[in-house]
Amino acid sequence: MVSTEQPKQYRVIGSRPIRHDGVDKVTGRAEYGADVRHEGMLFGAVLRSPHAHARIKRIDASKAEALPGVKAVVTSADFPGAEEGDLDLGEGRANPRWLLDNLLASDKALYHGHAVAAVAATDQHTAEDALALIQVDYEVLPAVIDVREAMLDTAPILHPELRTAIRARGVEKPADKPTNLASHLRLEKGDLDKGFAEADVIIEREYETAMFHQGYIEPQNATAFWNRDGEVTVWTSTQGAFSVREQVATICQVPVTRVKVVPMEIGGGFGGKIGIYLEPVAALLSRKSGRPVKLWMTREAVFQATGPTSATYSRVKIGAKRDGTITAAHAYLAYEAGAYPGSPVGAGAQCAFAPYNIPNQVVDGLDVVVNGPKTAAYRAPGAPAAEYAVEAVLNELAEQLEMDPMELRLKNASKEGTTNAAGQPWPRIGAVEVMEAVKNHPHYTSELTGEDVGRGVAMGFWFNGGMESSSSATVNADGKVSLILGSTDIGGTRASLAMQLAETLGITSDDVKPHVVDTDSVGFTAVTGGSRTTFAGGWAAYELGVQIRDRMRERAARIWETAVDKVEYRDDGTIAGPDGKQLSFQELAGKLSATGGMIAVSATVRMNTPGPAYAGHIVDVKVDRDTGKVEILRYTAVQDVGTAIHPSYVEGQIQGGVAQGIGMALTEEYFYDDEGRLRNASFLDYRMPVANDLPMIETVLVEVPNPGHPYGVRGVGEVPIVPPQPAIQQAVYDAIGVRFYKTPMSPRVILEELLPE
Amino acid sequence: MQPVKYQRATTVAEAVRLLQEGGEYARPLAGGTDVIVQARERRREIDYFVDIKHIPELMHVRHDANGVTIGAAVPCYLIYGDAEIVKTWPALADATHVIGGTAIQGRASLGGNLCNSSPAADSIPAMIALGAVAHIVGPKGERDVPVAEFCTSPGRNVLGVGEFVTAIRFAKPEPGSGAAWQRFIPRNEMDIAVVNAGVYLRLDRNTVRDARVAIGAVAPTPLVVPEAAQALVGKALSDQTIAAAGDAAKAAARPIDDMRGSVKQRRHLSKVLTERMIRRAAERARGQG
Repeated sequence: MVSTEQPKQYRVIGSRPIRHDGVDKVTGRAEYGADVRHEGMLFGAVLRSPHAHARIKRIDASKAEALPGVKAVVTSADFPGAEEGDLDLGEGRANPRWLLDNLLASDKALYHGHAVAAVAATDQHTAEDALALIQVDYEVLPAVIDVREAMLDTAPILHPELRTAIRARGVEKPADKPTNLASHLRLEKGDLDKGFAEADVIIEREYETAMFHQGYIEPQNATAFWNRDGEVTVWTSTQGAFSVREQVATICQVPVTRVKVVPMEIGGGFGGKIGIYLEPVAALLSRKSGRPVKLWMTREAVFQATGPTSATYSRVKIGAKRDGTITAAHAYLAYEAGAYPGSPVGAGAQCAFAPYNIPNQVVDGLDVVVNGPKTAAYRAPGAPAAEYAVEAVLNELAEQLEMDPMELRLKNASKEGTTNAAGQPWPRIGAVEVMEAVKNHPHYTSELTGEDVGRGVAMGFWFNGGMESSSSATVNADGKVSLILGSTDIGGTRASLAMQLAETLGITSDDVKPHVVDTDSVGFTAVTGGSRTTFAGGWAAYELGVQIRDRMRERAARIWETAVDKVEYRDDGTIAGPDGKQLSFQELAGKLSATGGMIAVSATVRMNTPGPAYAGHIVDVKVDRDTGKVEILRYTAVQDVGTAIHPSYVEGQIQGGVAQGIGMALTEEYFYDDEGRLRNASFLDYRMPVANDLPMIETVLVEVPNPGHPYGVRGVGEVPIVPPQPAIQQAVYDAIGVRFYKTPMSPRVILEELLPE
Repeated sequence: MQPVKYQRATTVAEAVRLLQEGGEYARPLAGGTDVIVQARERRREIDYFVDIKHIPELMHVRHDANGVTIGAAVPCYLIYGDAEIVKTWPALADATHVIGGTAIQGRASLGGNLCNSSPAADSIPAMIALGAVAHIVGPKGERDVPVAEFCTSPGRNVLGVGEFVTAIRFAKPEPGSGAAWQRFIPRNEMDIAVVNAGVYLRLDRNTVRDARVAIGAVAPTPLVVPEAAQALVGKALSDQTIAAAGDAAKAAARPIDDMRGSVKQRRHLSKVLTERMIRRAAERARGQG
């Protein structure tokens, strides 16, 4: 580990205890959505559109309803309707009317796999048989699935009422006519023309990225029970129980307090389990049937209908002086939103140039609807595509300037005080530290030999999130502490939060027992997303610890009949008073009941100092010219992680992000036919890398503590997905002398480029 | 999934009777790694499974003086785990080792892979290269069909109602011969072939005396390429003759464009894999592989 500042001495933080939920998970006892069983429970199935774009003229479910065993059928007409609005989902937003329309299509099916109707029956097979009995009359419409084609005047229109929202100075308001361009935003700093005029070298390139899916192992699932008293309970796999509660309450028009969401263990999310697909549908089926209803998705439905990330087109132009000083940069980013507005292009726009101090810059971001699934957050939403284009141009620029690519980056690196695209100064960040660690790493300085081998390098940036977290804790008589959490645990946050409480109290990680609970049992907590949980939840845990320390001191003072300020709480958990009196945490815990009662505390924090994250990756590849296949020979991921609370989980997050980024670079893509039907809705044909496609991914943890957190935590989970695409693009170029401007660089793409016509 | 009938047969005769009674939509069930998935997803109409795993001879690997008979339901792991097979028919180990993943290899069988008759089946070009023969039993008695002639179109084959494959026979390779199989996939495992190729060679010093070349995923059925074999037989093995055989394989391939590969890519890979497998088969023929 590289520490850049005088490290604080910690007892628990930085160690690698066994996670609290480990035994349940490895022995199969942990309960996931698929394990939910209730008396009288029905099983549901969802009918999906076979067309990419079609008017729904009529739905006749009478034959399905008549099938023995079928207890309820719902369509969009069964929902109470939704009003226009803006729901904050934590990492992304949703207009309730579009959210509802995505749950069950109303007048039009807008993508292949769009849900049209749902059935609840006494068993799964009957529910599936009933789907075949639902008659839907479609009028098939022409579909558009490409972002640039969708912006043409001749393109089929998805939403006749949609008009472009202009969030940019100097962009002319388009004519008042139907469009697929939902919004156009612009970020501006300095004087672009002046900046380019000062440049000696200008490079402008176009890039495309495919639609990528998060690929979580566990499909979406939801079980709902709408009780006759109007109380709705939902058991689901989600990144944010409170976000599900909000969405269900809004869509079902039930007061929020009457909805209880029980988060089950979650088998991966990566941003994809923030929006909802099934919960209100299960709730409606339950209300109609009077019984609990369970819905879960097939893998095919997951690929067809749950949020992938945007396919994108971008154009990036960067100008620099002969000495490498970047004078101006322009990025034009067009992101597919899927069937409803709301791609992550805004985040992409803000990330594009974030690692660099560029005085004159403009970023245009376009949000475009197409006949595909509504995109959802995916690990650093919007950042990989934008930064891929920027980093790839920088690598070309370094070559033209005959500069070391890391030298070029260091020369232009963002530092504390550099203003970003939004005009805000950066707080203490570790961009320079990461760049230097890359440049000095033995991987970077080693010689690469062999035929058709090449090396690439790239940086990545992600903001990280703060937002709201609540937590409570009770000190038990045995000296252990129960920690109640509202954050669902995707990446080891039970451990990382328990460790921060343990550190604050001077007890061990095992002395803290974390529980993830339902929405009635803890204060409001935003989603596990935005790399925010260890940051914000950790802050809440720290505050709980401080409160417990104060209460323990008060109690000791009472026992010793002395003033509270004479009692010291030491870092090792010892409570010390005058005349050498002292009690261990455990001893004092055992006396609580008899001396005034147990101690229970709670905390809610809302902190806006999450500490941005920077990453720098180095990759060596070998290209097989006969097959077009790229082998990753060596991969090193350097990252500023603030303070690594549990280094193993930090490393795991980095390796996971790299694995997904390698998939984006080399093999993953949505494959649509000419009619807009998805042809590879399976893990067999949507090719995510598996373990033996990857080398051991070496991680280097740079620790530049976040001054905006008591333990210096920065989010770590998202940024590692950003650098792989440009780093591998450069490595492939270095190996075979061909630059690809499109990901994935699949064997087919590489081979066809190398073969003579 | 529709309700299905299931019956376990314990003798070949009983399986024939049950399959005949079951009619057109009855299927033998071995490992079930294809048919159960197809039935669940309604990709194949099936209303009756006759489980053949409990017929003793279908689960046996029987070596004799002239070769080996592998029961149709023997799972892959027992094939690549059989030291004699690995030594004598390494091409068979090449293919069975990569079908699905470890868990699938615990159930999936050669008989199942053959009867599923996918154009991209991993084991079929290997079996063709090795000159394998399928032993078929049915209401009208027994018959032997070379694996090379077994598949008729995607998912279809020579089996009639009530017929099923009980075993696959591999003759002992002639001295001086070698065979090899490989597929190309974008990943390294858990994938389906973009193209695959199996090659058998018999060498006399450096002269090719006999050859068989089969390629998969480039036509409606796994494809035997006699032109590739002809490019080799009677000639000294050289870069030139190997390239000629590769070109013949490329010329014979008539692939489609789909999400797994393009026409251009598959035609080129037919050549690349054929040439690579000729070299590996030659190494094995010389006792170097």
